[in-house]
Amino acid sequence: MSDIETRLRAGPADADPTYAIEQFSRRATADGLIDVAWATLDSPFGELLLAGTDAGLVAVGLREPDAVLERIAAKVSPCVVRVPGRLDQPRRQLDEYFVGKRRRFDLPLDWSMSAGFRRLVLHELVDVPYGEVITYAELARRAANPRAVRAVGSAMATNPLPIVVPCHRVLRSGGQLGNYGGGVEMKRELLALEGALTDD
Amino acid sequence: MTLPPFQVLIDEHAVELHRYVTVVAGRDGADDAFQDVMVAALRAYAGLQDDRNLKGWLFTVAHNQTIDRHRRRARRPSEVALVAAGGVPSPEGSPTSSDESGLWEAVAELPDKQRDAVVLRFVADLPYKDVASMLGGTEAAARQNVREALKNLRQEVE
Repeated sequence: MSDIETRLRAGPADADPTYAIEQFSRRATADGLIDVAWATLDSPFGELLLAGTDAGLVAVGLREPDAVLERIAAKVSPCVVRVPGRLDQPRRQLDEYFVGKRRRFDLPLDWSMSAGFRRLVLHELVDVPYGEVITYAELARRAANPRAVRAVGSAMATNPLPIVVPCHRVLRSGGQLGNYGGGVEMKRELLALEGALTDD
Repeated sequence: MTLPPFQVLIDEHAVELHRYVTVVAGRDGADDAFQDVMVAALRAYAGLQDDRNLKGWLFTVAHNQTIDRHRRRARRPSEVALVAAGGVPSPEGSPTSSDESGLWEAVAELPDKQRDAVVLRFVADLPYKDVASMLGGTEAAARQNVREALKNLRQEVE
């Protein structure tokens, strides 16, 4: 490759898109073009991803943020852009939760990442209060389908709004913790934070 | 077909796109041109029917947007000089060494076809197939224009 080619590829010196990207997201927000805004949150459990629409918080990602954004693009809209300012409210409330200063979330939620029976189960789950636990079987019963314990399990596994919709409060009938999207250790710590673990 | 999050286009192509608009719209106009391109792209994104060449699509939007921009500017006589110079920063506005601005001035002075082709090929780093379809000619013609552009630039700069 010639020297000229190398210099052309490098582009003009000092061309830095950072400021222009910020301006773009501001303008696109004002024009209503961003269907899903997302941001990250530095939490005690690592970096979490938060995403929201005009309707409310649509996703909380505990792991693999790229995969979460892909699912959002497929299920909600591909017009997904990072706009931290639009997630200030959920970020603040989650911060408060992690330091034990908040027991319930006061946030509008957008349920469009879940559907059918799973959504029904999540609607029931959101009412399980801070510091309390429930079994998969009891949650199935509350969702008016006591035999659908397995389906409740998959509703937990695909919960788009973990922590806010508290799937960490759902345990196996024998009291075992069961699985968790952020790892079973995170589930244990969240329950400990809430004072829900007595003798473990 | 599932389109990736628009964020992926920003993450993967913003640097090249910003370089591209800096060359075609000048440093002073680059941030505005970048926003115009990205807003136009986002506006059209959800309706896109084909996800096979998103980079080619994004730079097609950029090429069309910046052509519009140049035409708009060209109607204003006071800015003709800037257009003729390809919108490259004036000497006092250029924060770079004379060596570096020499190259971009030489790029600006190339004939239109050569300049478009060489900038799309190397600054935007697009394959000849895309360069040809954006400029409306054959791949062979795009290669020819790039060869001539490089020859001219070498004479001017080296």
